[in-house]
Amino acid sequence: MSTMTEAAHLVDDSRSLEDAHAHDHEHHDTGENTVFGFWIYLMTDCILFASVFATYAVLFMNTAGGVSGRDIFELDYVAIETAALLFSSITYGFAMIAAHKQNKGATLAWLMVTFALGAVFIGMEVNEFHHLVAEGNGPSRSAFLSSFFTLVGMHGMHVTAGLIWMVVMMIEVFKRGLGSKTVTRLSCLSLFWHFLDIVWICVFTVVYLLGVM
Amino acid sequence: MSLLGKLSLDAIPYHEPIIMGTLAVVGIAGIAIAIAITRAKQWGTLWNDWITSVDHKRLGVMYIILALIMLVRGFSDAIMMRTQLALATNGAEGYLPPEHYDQIFTAHGVIMIIFMAMPFMIGLMNIALPLQIGARDVAFPFMNNLSFWLTAGGAVLINLSLGLGEFAKTGWLAYPPLSEQSFSPGVGVDYYIWALQISGVGTLLTGVNFLVTVFKMRAPGMKLMDMPIFTWACTWANVLIVASFPILTAVLGLLALDRYFDFHFFTNAAGGNAMMYINLFWAWGHPEVYILILPAFGIFSDVISTFTGKRLFGYKSMVWASGAISILGFIVWLHHFFTMGSSANVNAFFGIMTMIIAVPTGVKLFNWLFTIYRGRLRLTVPVLWTLGFMVTFTIGGMTGVLLAVPGADYVLHNSLFLIAHFHNTIIGGAVFGYMAGFAYWFPKAMGFHLNERIGKASFWCWQIGFYVAFMPLYVLGFLGMTRRLNHTNNPDWNIWLYFACIGAFIILVGIVLQFVQLYLAFRDREKNRDLTGDPWNGHTLEWATASPPQFYNFAEIPHVRDIDAFTEMKEQGIAYKKPASYAPIHMPKNTASGVLMAGAATLFGFAAIWHITWLAAVGLISTVVFLLLRAYNNDVDYYVQPDEVERIESLHLNQVKEATA
Repeated sequence: MSTMTEAAHLVDDSRSLEDAHAHDHEHHDTGENTVFGFWIYLMTDCILFASVFATYAVLFMNTAGGVSGRDIFELDYVAIETAALLFSSITYGFAMIAAHKQNKGATLAWLMVTFALGAVFIGMEVNEFHHLVAEGNGPSRSAFLSSFFTLVGMHGMHVTAGLIWMVVMMIEVFKRGLGSKTVTRLSCLSLFWHFLDIVWICVFTVVYLLGVM
Repeated sequence: MSLLGKLSLDAIPYHEPIIMGTLAVVGIAGIAIAIAITRAKQWGTLWNDWITSVDHKRLGVMYIILALIMLVRGFSDAIMMRTQLALATNGAEGYLPPEHYDQIFTAHGVIMIIFMAMPFMIGLMNIALPLQIGARDVAFPFMNNLSFWLTAGGAVLINLSLGLGEFAKTGWLAYPPLSEQSFSPGVGVDYYIWALQISGVGTLLTGVNFLVTVFKMRAPGMKLMDMPIFTWACTWANVLIVASFPILTAVLGLLALDRYFDFHFFTNAAGGNAMMYINLFWAWGHPEVYILILPAFGIFSDVISTFTGKRLFGYKSMVWASGAISILGFIVWLHHFFTMGSSANVNAFFGIMTMIIAVPTGVKLFNWLFTIYRGRLRLTVPVLWTLGFMVTFTIGGMTGVLLAVPGADYVLHNSLFLIAHFHNTIIGGAVFGYMAGFAYWFPKAMGFHLNERIGKASFWCWQIGFYVAFMPLYVLGFLGMTRRLNHTNNPDWNIWLYFACIGAFIILVGIVLQFVQLYLAFRDREKNRDLTGDPWNGHTLEWATASPPQFYNFAEIPHVRDIDAFTEMKEQGIAYKKPASYAPIHMPKNTASGVLMAGAATLFGFAAIWHITWLAAVGLISTVVFLLLRAYNNDVDYYVQPDEVERIESLHLNQVKEATA
């Protein structure tokens, strides 16, 4: 099924750069286009986050007589959460290096480490949310808590989607190895994962650090 | 919670004769079409060649069919409002009760903007843009199919609201706190949220898709500043789509959280802030109007240049004027609510930015005028629409500058003056542009000509009908009539309301004539075939293909040396040259994934509207499963063999030879 594309790929590699470029024009959905398209998608996602950040910035003081950030944020806890996520970006980077070296075993191993760190992050976040809701500080309590749960939760849902995607990619790498299409998909997930890291740094700064000040 | 959530047989409005009559007509028409397709044994064709097609030209045609159907729906709403207001004067109640009337003006706005204008624009872009840049398809053909079906899914939801439950009674902006659960407890606003949300994702994907297409798939030799001006205009519009539609997604998501899970973003209670919704909504909404108008500007540019037989005057200034409009379009949103109570300085900033938009727009108008100057303008149907636009849109633009003065806006906002202004720009600008594009590219997309005489008659009905319908609204605005009134009691207004109603009926004739024109074109298609593929002596690459174009667009990707690439090829005598041999062509396979995914997403939307939890879960999970199945599939493309290319190309070249001999 993919012999055609692989053959076309070999031809690509053997040609000079210019030829390969001309050849690209006759292709659909080449890896380069996919990554570029995915990058544009990430920029739209960035604007989605920006809108919710703006909403948080407008509403975070509207506590309606309830708790404020200073009352509920535990920086030590969030710091561990943050460390897990940041570290998972590095391990995903190792997975990509292994993928480019066509080292299937190492790729899978690093993806699993990344998955585990991501799962730790999500687990801790769910625990934090559970705690808040149990104490009566759920999202319905005030505009501040609505926007807090939505901003942090939206990031968390993105990370969850990334984790599901990672499972699918592990299955694909395990079954198909590291063909050009699979590596393109890994690269997209890589962009997605690092992007979520950057968004989290903004969340950590704007919500948690400024919140306890 | 019952198994069907809020849904029960009471959701069907049996007691509304107008709605039940409409449903009967739609039902009978649907059954008639189904019978006709069955008799002609065309279900297979419909599924294999259209519904699952990833061909940008066919998707373009489907987008425009959707737009035309929605035009009929949206216009029915319009003519009901106009007749209601003409009847309900001097204290009379008219024939539309307020709760029904409120749904009608909400549906009219949403349908005309989101499900008529947007699909029309995206349809024309689909048909022309990849051809204009010498590409074989868009960057992500499957995603293009998915975008269409998401848009169609949204349209299905909004039309379901007619016969099942109700639509929002909030106006097309769904401002909170009115749109919150406490004041709109019915399903109307939920229909609004999910119809817009699902189609909005489709539009966003279209924006991403066409940006990659333009940046990565231009024919060799075509630099960015060699792209046809329609392609440039669409590119700016796509930049606006990817930059603004996420804001709509966000704001609708937040409203949904308020309504479904008792969050407090925009509520009166617990610290919510309704103005946040209004700011975010217009941070999408204002760029949206430029998303609609910029491609129309591009169409006028192509039309004027083609039918004067001249190069477009001021190509570069046209590109940068579009860019300036795009950027300015992002920093004017506050002019939609000057009365919010910002400081005078804030209002002054947004007012001045708004007025500045008139400058690049003026640049464009002068460019078109200078292109016509000393050209030999052929008065075809697309040119008539263009000339009608140049006059009408200028008036709409000037009333816009007037409204941009905060002081004047305090008096005129929320009045019929505003309604007249934005119909003046959207009909006189965007819709006239799409009509011009429709007549211009129809022979390219379908392979035969429209009926010129009826087309011209339709234009005149629209043009005259527009002035009769909307100039009175300016007057009514000055006389103090606000928008969204159900009945009036001011004798001074009556005469203008009557005029407006007559105008709406003249436009109705124009719309009917569009369909007559289509019918005659199909009836006489054998006589009116476009054999050369170049009926207008066109300048750009779409005219280098057959009509309708070969499914792979170009047997050999052309090399581009000029902005008017096809003109240059004709002058050099290299147009219609047969190459020594053909290479295999790499093409995407058709797929059912798009319609399945969008269908599942629409099911999710429907279940969310009616609070049917289990069905929502089914819809959401199947959407994800269909996505993963598609993403995991590597068997998505094939090669067209040279002998088939040879056969198709020879046929076309022989036709060209016969037609020009």
